[in-house]
Amino acid sequence: MTGSATSSTLAILDEDFDAVLNSWLSTQGNEGLTRSDLFSDDEGRAHTAALLKAFAQGVRDGVTGEDFDLKGDAWIDLRSVLSEITRERVRIGVEATDMAAFVQALKSTLFTRLRQRLSDQPEKLIDEVWLITRVVDAFALYTTEIFIAEREQVIDRQRIEMLELSTPVVELWDRVLTLPLIGTLDSVRAQDVMENLLEAIVRERAEMVIVDITGVQTVDTQVAQHLLRTASAVRLMGAECIISGISPKIAQTMVQLGVDVGNVSTRSTIRSAFNEALDRLGYGIVRHSNV
Amino acid sequence: MSDALDGGSIHMVDGVLLVGIHEDVTDTDIMGLQDRLADRVASERAQGVVIDISALEIVDTFVGRVIAQLANIARLLDAQTFLVGMRPAVAMTLVELGMHLPETRTALSLTHAMERLRSNSG
Repeated sequence: MTGSATSSTLAILDEDFDAVLNSWLSTQGNEGLTRSDLFSDDEGRAHTAALLKAFAQGVRDGVTGEDFDLKGDAWIDLRSVLSEITRERVRIGVEATDMAAFVQALKSTLFTRLRQRLSDQPEKLIDEVWLITRVVDAFALYTTEIFIAEREQVIDRQRIEMLELSTPVVELWDRVLTLPLIGTLDSVRAQDVMENLLEAIVRERAEMVIVDITGVQTVDTQVAQHLLRTASAVRLMGAECIISGISPKIAQTMVQLGVDVGNVSTRSTIRSAFNEALDRLGYGIVRHSNV
Repeated sequence: MSDALDGGSIHMVDGVLLVGIHEDVTDTDIMGLQDRLADRVASERAQGVVIDISALEIVDTFVGRVIAQLANIARLLDAQTFLVGMRPAVAMTLVELGMHLPETRTALSLTHAMERLRSNSG
């Protein structure tokens, strides 16, 4: 095995496992990656040891000649240990760069030792350094991939939660519903909002619906289209729609964009929209004493 | 007086023609319904027409257009016309198809339409 491209590295890992581990840990410490606020030193040590073991295993079985395939069977331990650690660290809030730097810190540890061992064989030194660089880089990249995948899952989940949270239909008064819109209105959300609203109209037998856009940051042509479609669908159901909360700025934008609201009622505040809704249903708010 | 042929039924109640469209209405049925409605609005001098589409679960552009036409025919014959009982899915489809039926008056249910007809005529 002495001729293999990784023989010296393997020898180092076999003979000096604890020293390499300690040195890797101290490099992490020097680069400020230990994050004692997020996980304990013991945990960090356990993670690092498990990774190093899986790494040694992978290098022993997975590197043939100059080639290795990180997706191959020989690296299965390394992949599973790495995914587990990454998932755990994403959850507690470690950054992607920190995770990659954590893996990359292994290089300096190994290279220092390789230089000592192969000081009289510069060509072999370069070969091994090059190979180990490629392995560690691939391994850091893999960490980043897992990291991104985990983050995307979190984002997806939050988006679904936001969708559920952000389309409440509230009964303001007998036969008067309001839909306070907050944030941005993309096509998916607009569809969702419309569906919820129409079902609420049937359920509550509502005759007036106030769509309040006070919390909508920007109105572009697409958002305006969605709003008008919602108003149209409400009208087709036999209820009336008032769009409220149109700020001076949004009014200007809508006019500049050439949005025609047609016969949809608009009001600047939800207060005046509510007043209008009560009025149309024959209600009025009366002060009952001179307090 | 009523007739319940294919496609839909038309009943006269208190000067108001109630038109119910059946769930399994076909394109030919609905054209026939148009004829029958026009005849009866004219011959019975209906003051109001209420078209109930609560049985319709699916609409396409054709049915959408014919419904709008039904309402327009009745309106031209001087009857106040209401379209009632549209389901959420149908409303969303029509809007998606760009059929906003701007000239058709709508109401949530038959009761609502009758109330409005009464208050307008009374």
